[in-house]
Amino acid sequence: MEYKISNRLRIGAIVLIVLGLLGVGYGFIDSHQYETVEDVKELLANESHHDTHANEEHAEEVHEESHVSDNIGEEAHGAEHAEEGHGMSHEEHVLHQIHNRPYSALYIAAFFFFMIALGVLAFYAVQYASQSGWSPVLFRVMEGITSYVLPGGILVLLIAFIADSHLFIWLTDGMTTEGSDNYDALVAGKSGWLNKTGFFIRGLIFLAGWSAYRYFSRKFSIAQDNADINDNRNFKKNFRISAAFLVFFIYTESMMSWDWIMSVDPHWFSTLFGWYLLAGMLVCGVTTIAMIAIYLKSKGLLEYVNDSHIHDLAKFMFGFSIFWTYLWFSQFMLIWYSNIPEEVTYFVTRIEDYNLPFFGMIVMNFIFPLLLLMNSDYKRINWFVMMAGIVILCGHYIDIFNMIMPATVGDRWFIGIPEIGSILLFGGIFLFIVFTALGKYPLLPKGNPFIKESKNFHY
Amino acid sequence: METSKVIHAIYTDDDILMSAVKKVKAERHHIEEIYTPFPVHGLDKAMGLAPTRLAITAFLYGCVGLTVAITMMNFIMIEDWPQDIGGKPSFSYIENMPAFVPIMFELTVFFAAHLMVITFYLRSRMWPFKKAENPDPRTTDDHFLMEIAIHHNEDALLSLLKGTGAAEINIVDKEEDAH
Repeated sequence: MEYKISNRLRIGAIVLIVLGLLGVGYGFIDSHQYETVEDVKELLANESHHDTHANEEHAEEVHEESHVSDNIGEEAHGAEHAEEGHGMSHEEHVLHQIHNRPYSALYIAAFFFFMIALGVLAFYAVQYASQSGWSPVLFRVMEGITSYVLPGGILVLLIAFIADSHLFIWLTDGMTTEGSDNYDALVAGKSGWLNKTGFFIRGLIFLAGWSAYRYFSRKFSIAQDNADINDNRNFKKNFRISAAFLVFFIYTESMMSWDWIMSVDPHWFSTLFGWYLLAGMLVCGVTTIAMIAIYLKSKGLLEYVNDSHIHDLAKFMFGFSIFWTYLWFSQFMLIWYSNIPEEVTYFVTRIEDYNLPFFGMIVMNFIFPLLLLMNSDYKRINWFVMMAGIVILCGHYIDIFNMIMPATVGDRWFIGIPEIGSILLFGGIFLFIVFTALGKYPLLPKGNPFIKESKNFHY
Repeated sequence: METSKVIHAIYTDDDILMSAVKKVKAERHHIEEIYTPFPVHGLDKAMGLAPTRLAITAFLYGCVGLTVAITMMNFIMIEDWPQDIGGKPSFSYIENMPAFVPIMFELTVFFAAHLMVITFYLRSRMWPFKKAENPDPRTTDDHFLMEIAIHHNEDALLSLLKGTGAAEINIVDKEEDAH
């Protein structure tokens, strides 16, 4: 049951990282070919003459859907622009958006892979807190994935630190100084919470708490393996810290979602945003557990993971996908229905400028898993779960994309080299760290008191 | 009314029942019916019953419910008395669709759940005022009863069942058209 990261996988991960770095580097260089407002004027003039491909596509999509938001679009959009305007010319605005794009691409991919690890950590804690009997054979897989929580979290914070106002408009100089050109009363009102020092202190506290739990739960889990057969002290400790962690997590996860994601649109807020992000995290986490378990199983490892375990994971994929949709829709419908300009701009931008990713994501994250994973038998077919998993992960990447990009780059988005490069970069780092961690200890947590139940688990 | 002889083998434990079922099936006897006080996991597979098609009916009922919801809301809110929904007087179903999603969802679930339960009862030949088919009231408490029809193989069956740990074996006349 020992696993060692294979050379092929290690080299593959390094190749991904190198390719990713090249892509990210290209993204930054490419965005800086527009240095001045004059460059942008030229670009805009070119675009209006011969419509670029991207714009063409856009215009059509917007047209199809424009009737949805016709009556609300005008005033809402107007309001948003007035707020953003602040004496900045359109060209200067576009220049900022072009410069923001590689930072946003980097941040989205970093957060996406971090969120997978964090979702698995929460799922793992739930398994301990509920003393569940079906999952212990998968614990080492989960522990392998959660090894990315600390490095992934540090990377996210680091990018946030470097990107500064490229990502978080509330960090722009003078936003909170009265009389400044950039002064924004709403952001100034929130500056008690939204300030750089607070942001990073909170970020470090969240990360410290999560990785402390991850460190100790892993330690006790390993210690339980080597303990005497009747000695369940380490398991009990794990039970207690897992319950405590879940309380800590549900508060900090919510605050993290306001800080790291929702604050890119500092005027807009949604009270269920934390839940919404949590649902996405859990889907991605469970999907990744299932995919890595299937991969290891195909290598002849994890002999005790049977069809029923995969079936249960697929049920969670299905269930959490529905849960995600429920929250997504709850957020959307209330804002759509009440039609308050400050709130509804959020969705107007997304429907007008991000039509394809916005609606495509719902198809990928809801309709696709709903139809594919509804049948009980399909949940046991490994390649089926694998394919559904890939679509779900892509769908949730686009979900994060839709959270960040509209705020930072507006309609100047594309999933091109900077975005794909960032995915490759963080995907490579993720694979490297996770599979190295998987190779450190035996894949069967043999000392877990529920291990026999888990081995014999039968649905 | 035609009568036929059946064997009633009574067990007191579901694990013993399961192994008995496997032995009887291995000898290629046909088990008419098994009466249990609670659903025994895996019994249907051991008996060789065809998988249930109830899930398919549930899906179809759900589709019916969704259609009913769409038709109903379209008639009520759009055609019969056009409503200005959320300050967006478009009077089109598709544009006001988000407002109808909760109703569409609820009626889908309502139809699927209720009609599936009714289907399940009818398929199990259960309806109001029906006389119970259950041959032995103890199977509603803590006993398990396996019913096997006898076709000139009484002795072979009796010796087989005795070896399976049955607590009680009775041979009874059964009215063929009782159900």
